[in-house]
Amino acid sequence: MASGVMIFAEQREGKFRKIAFELLNIGKQLKDQVGGPLSAVVVGKGVEGLAQDLGKFGAEKVYLVDGDLFANYSSEGYAAAVAAAAKKADPAILLTGASTMGKDLSPRVCAKLATGLSSDCTKLEVQAGKLIATRPVYSGKCYVKTQVPNTTPQMAAVRPNAYAAAAAGGGSAELVKVDPGIGPDSLRAKVKEVVKSAAGKVDLTEANVIVSGGRGIKAAENFKILNELADVIGATVGASRAAVDSGYATQDMQVGQTGKVVNPNLYIACGISGAIQHLAGMRTSKVIVAVNKDSDAPIFQKADYGIVDDLFKVVPIMTEEFKKLLAE
Amino acid sequence: MKIVVCLKQTPDTEATIKLTADKQGIEEQNIKWVMNPYDEYAVEQALRLKEKHGGETVVVCMGPDRVTEAMRTALAMGMDKGVHLKDDAFAHSDATGTAKALAAAIKPLSPDLILCGRQAIDWDMAQVPAILAELLDMPQVTVVAKMEMGADGKSAVCNRRIEGGEEVVEVKFPAVLTCDKGLNEPRYASLPGIMKAKKKEIKPLGLAESGLSANDVGKASSKVQILEYLPLPERPPGKVFKEQETPDMVKQVVKLLREEAKII
Repeated sequence: MASGVMIFAEQREGKFRKIAFELLNIGKQLKDQVGGPLSAVVVGKGVEGLAQDLGKFGAEKVYLVDGDLFANYSSEGYAAAVAAAAKKADPAILLTGASTMGKDLSPRVCAKLATGLSSDCTKLEVQAGKLIATRPVYSGKCYVKTQVPNTTPQMAAVRPNAYAAAAAGGGSAELVKVDPGIGPDSLRAKVKEVVKSAAGKVDLTEANVIVSGGRGIKAAENFKILNELADVIGATVGASRAAVDSGYATQDMQVGQTGKVVNPNLYIACGISGAIQHLAGMRTSKVIVAVNKDSDAPIFQKADYGIVDDLFKVVPIMTEEFKKLLAE
Repeated sequence: MKIVVCLKQTPDTEATIKLTADKQGIEEQNIKWVMNPYDEYAVEQALRLKEKHGGETVVVCMGPDRVTEAMRTALAMGMDKGVHLKDDAFAHSDATGTAKALAAAIKPLSPDLILCGRQAIDWDMAQVPAILAELLDMPQVTVVAKMEMGADGKSAVCNRRIEGGEEVVEVKFPAVLTCDKGLNEPRYASLPGIMKAKKKEIKPLGLAESGLSANDVGKASSKVQILEYLPLPERPPGKVFKEQETPDMVKQVVKLLREEAKII
């Protein structure tokens, strides 16, 4: 009978993404309730050492799919790999991140395993032995609770930053090698190249702190003051659709419905009015600060803290105040 | 080439969402329905590919009668014809049931390319396209922001946004691609387009004609079960400072972030 929890430990270029450790943390909490082992599946090329490391973070078993075919991510290759590992491990629950990779991968795995999947979950719990997933729907205007009652594994893709990362301890994991039995012809879509942007910055979807600029920023070069604030508090800089459509910021910076969904601890919105389509991308932020000179801007309805004033006056002072605070 | 676009009709972004009394769904009266905004990129891409390479474009959509409005919009933009999966048996399908129904409608068309929006803005799952690809045994490229047709006309090179950059993916047809903002700028339907769309064929396809059984689709087949909808938790009113000296307001907020929110 299916038992335990398996997590997909996402890695790129031989490094785990933060979501892998977040899944180990929530995976541990869930397995304490449903019983069975906490296992991880790692897919890549030359990642055996990396896979072994997960023992320190609570994984009791690590299923490893390693080979040339898996050097880069591919929907078909990785889905075959994860499905093969899941068939071998037979977990009651299978978790992936709701990252770009996880969102591409999880439905394909779900179809291979003929089970059900809840995507982009912000909360997971166990009731009567079943996984209950909570997730925002309708642009974040309400939530829905779902379960997968009759098939296993019960699958969920978890939004990055919804859970803290598992801390390193002293455990070790048993390594189980898995061969999904596919050849090069099985991959009809292949990554030719990965183009990197803005090296060194944490991606918005994984960021703990975000400073965003909206229409009120008025020009691309004015993002400089947001960058300065972001550097002081270790934030990633985002933008509203209005700022992107006006050419002040690039598309990869857009937070909101037609951009990225973010889930930071702190979101500082500067010159952003707070249109529904923006809120859809950031309303699960734990603390929201709004800076806008229009006191009627809807963003103030959602903000924990607000300052009604000109962002060009506020932001430089805020940068200085944070500098002082962090130097204490 | 033959291109199928899968369409969904969703509530408008600005629509007010009210839960039903039993918390099993949303009140559908008074909702303004639109074509899922991401699907506009899929329709536009299909039209551009047809303009350049020739062929036929078909829009496929599942849902009650109201969804034909979104289908007409796609036809008015220039799509050639539509297939409407229309049967009470399809209602309340989960992503797998929906993908099965779409696959049943699409398979006889033998398309070179299936285009979908990146996700539907109602449930934001992004599941149906990938499940559809698996069911039809096709490769997929999701969240495509740029697409170049291969010289052979049977493949494409796509850029998809990932964390911290882009993946450049080469894909062989037939394939499922999901379209993101930035791929193109969707056109508006022209008045002649709207007139022409009225005469274009929308073929209804029921459960029996689709070749599926009642076990494949609908609520009973759903592997994902909805327990309940929940309203947003009440957020306590925030502390908003105004009409004070800027440095004073900033100092108070920074202090609150450290001492009350304990976040910095």
